[in-house]
Amino acid sequence: MTDLAISRRSLLKTSAAGAALGLVGWPAFPTRVRAAATTIGFIYVGPKDDFGYNQAHAEGAKALKALDGIELVEEENVPETVDVQKTMESMINLDGASLLFPTSFGYFDPHMLAMCKKFPDVQFRHCGGLWDKSKHPTNAGSYFGYIAMGQYLNGVVAGHTTKSKKIGFVAAKPIPQVLNNVNAFLLGARAVDPTITCQVIFTGEWSLAVKEAEAVNALVDQGADVITCHVDGPKVVVQTAANRGAFVCGYHASQAPLAPEKYLTGAEWNWATVYTMYAKHLLAGEPLPNFTRGGIQDGFVKMSPLGPAVSEPARKQFEATLADIRKGGYAVIKGPLKDNRGKEIAAVGKAFPETAIELESTSFLVEGVQGSTS
Amino acid sequence: MADMTASDVPAPLAPPRLSGALAFAARRAEGIVIPLAALIAGMAVFSLFLLALGKSPAQFFELMWRGGFGSWFSVQNALLRATPLLFAALCVALPARLGLTVIGGEGAIVLGGVAAAAFGHWLSGLPSPIVIFAMGLAAMIAGGIWIGAVGALRHYRAVNETISSLLMAYIAIALMNQLVEGPLRDPASLNKPSTHPLDAAYRIGPIPGMDVHWGLAVGVIACVACWVLIDKTRWGFAARVAGGNVRAAQIQGLAVGPLIVGFCALAGALAGLAGMFEVASVQGTANASLAIGYGYAGILVAFLARQNPLGCIPVAFLLGGIAAAGGLIQRRMGLPDATILVLQGMLFIVVLMSDTLYGRFKVFNPDRWKRAG
Repeated sequence: MTDLAISRRSLLKTSAAGAALGLVGWPAFPTRVRAAATTIGFIYVGPKDDFGYNQAHAEGAKALKALDGIELVEEENVPETVDVQKTMESMINLDGASLLFPTSFGYFDPHMLAMCKKFPDVQFRHCGGLWDKSKHPTNAGSYFGYIAMGQYLNGVVAGHTTKSKKIGFVAAKPIPQVLNNVNAFLLGARAVDPTITCQVIFTGEWSLAVKEAEAVNALVDQGADVITCHVDGPKVVVQTAANRGAFVCGYHASQAPLAPEKYLTGAEWNWATVYTMYAKHLLAGEPLPNFTRGGIQDGFVKMSPLGPAVSEPARKQFEATLADIRKGGYAVIKGPLKDNRGKEIAAVGKAFPETAIELESTSFLVEGVQGSTS
Repeated sequence: MADMTASDVPAPLAPPRLSGALAFAARRAEGIVIPLAALIAGMAVFSLFLLALGKSPAQFFELMWRGGFGSWFSVQNALLRATPLLFAALCVALPARLGLTVIGGEGAIVLGGVAAAAFGHWLSGLPSPIVIFAMGLAAMIAGGIWIGAVGALRHYRAVNETISSLLMAYIAIALMNQLVEGPLRDPASLNKPSTHPLDAAYRIGPIPGMDVHWGLAVGVIACVACWVLIDKTRWGFAARVAGGNVRAAQIQGLAVGPLIVGFCALAGALAGLAGMFEVASVQGTANASLAIGYGYAGILVAFLARQNPLGCIPVAFLLGGIAAAGGLIQRRMGLPDATILVLQGMLFIVVLMSDTLYGRFKVFNPDRWKRAG
């Protein structure tokens, strides 16, 4: 009797386990795998392979694939409208995402903030540095990098390379981030030769291939022989400049494959550092930092490897400046300095390191930059 | 097929009421069956494209159903995306009845948005119904002037309306950038120039029980009203006559000029409302996100709906659903975003080609039934 009872019990147990496996485990297999992993969503405003802003983020996202227990969902070409709100909701509802990176600047207000309120259990981190403890929810946050220092290094190499002493900058919009880059590029070149000037052309849009090409042609026609840019996808600028025989400095991501001979160096985002940091916190169950910023010394920004056209003196000054920047506290904007309308920006002895809050509302172009913000 | 059998029965034997109803149904069916068949054909062609890429059409359409139509969340997502398309489509469909191909609705949307945001800021402090009404009115006037001007250029100066409306859309976007980055700019909007944010009291919220703002209801009402205007009023009749033959309309003594300018202005005013809802319900401010191509998507909707304002409603919903599913398809199938554009392009071309099929099927033409019998 006892034997029978035991064997019956074990039989029941085994079959129950088998049934449970069959019922729960097997048919639900795909969902369970999905739920077991921590899902992180990335949203891009343009194509992932734009050789620019979005590619830089997509490369950073790709670094997460190396981590165990992370599942990646990505969506490209999402406009800064209800579309992005619905993409976030869809990633949360249908993919089970617990951390979202809406990477475009315009996703923040009102779109990401609306979703933060709607999904208080989901974490949102936005690229651009807009998060403010006093105003914004705690499941939101910002990260950003000081990339103007990279444009300064671009300028150093450009300053050694230019023969005409004229360099050119194709810019999207006269907003603080862009103006800081233009100023840094020229000041880097002027650290080599103070007679160098930089012509800037604003296209007015983040992505407008025809105008970007026209701008490059106009710059080269005016004698500029090293060109850089701040637009979403530098592909057109780099290719057009190289076709016209000018040298180029890259931005956002590496454009070296587009013009291997003419590409000098480039200021690149290194988002892998940031995304890996967030993912590791998430996997460890630790709270995510709300506000993160860093520069070259923090691994947020990196420089493209120097191209074949970079001269030896250029390489030396580039490396020396890079080493100085790595020490921290390096200031590009320092007195005595005037803007290009003759107004004083910094008196002798006054310096604004990259972390200076004033640089977040820059509205001037420094002396030596030819162009106007309005 | 039932119609075919009916056509075999000699007309006098059938009760006159029934044959009348059948004839009515057959005539109406043409406008529904042909576009539907074209949609299916377009999807079939697209399936071949997917197979060539080594992707599964079954998975694609399953995801499209799930992401765009299969749940309440998806349906609301589709409706939300359809909302601006309704207005944008009317901006194409109304002038089309006059034989005009206006493709620059984008300009009216953008300026409507800017006008709404400007008035929302200037009138700040007044009671919200007044401000919201004023914002709507300002948006309609701005859009109306813009497309009305296209009509006026067409009628009085013989400027091709397709080209002028497209070029004026570029001017409108430039004007918007100038205003938003200049006189109307909120100084606090540093890295994304925008107008002053709209006070919360002047925002237009969602329809109760839904996650979709009131623009949807207004858009549907506008579509129905435009259908009534075109099909049931003497102005609509006059517009259709002028659209068919301007000379004949002039000989009949119809005021063709005011008709063209009026219909264009109305079309632009409706597109302006789309901009107003983008500002008041979605963005809370006017900025470059107004110009993201709703005006151009509206052309697709209007053509797929064969310029029928009522038809714009289901077509906008369909395209809204396709757009809503686009993200899911990208994420699950690893297809680029351009895939959805390829699908839209194929549908557009097949539906346009299907235009040549109208009048060719006896089934839909009761007048020819008897001869066949």
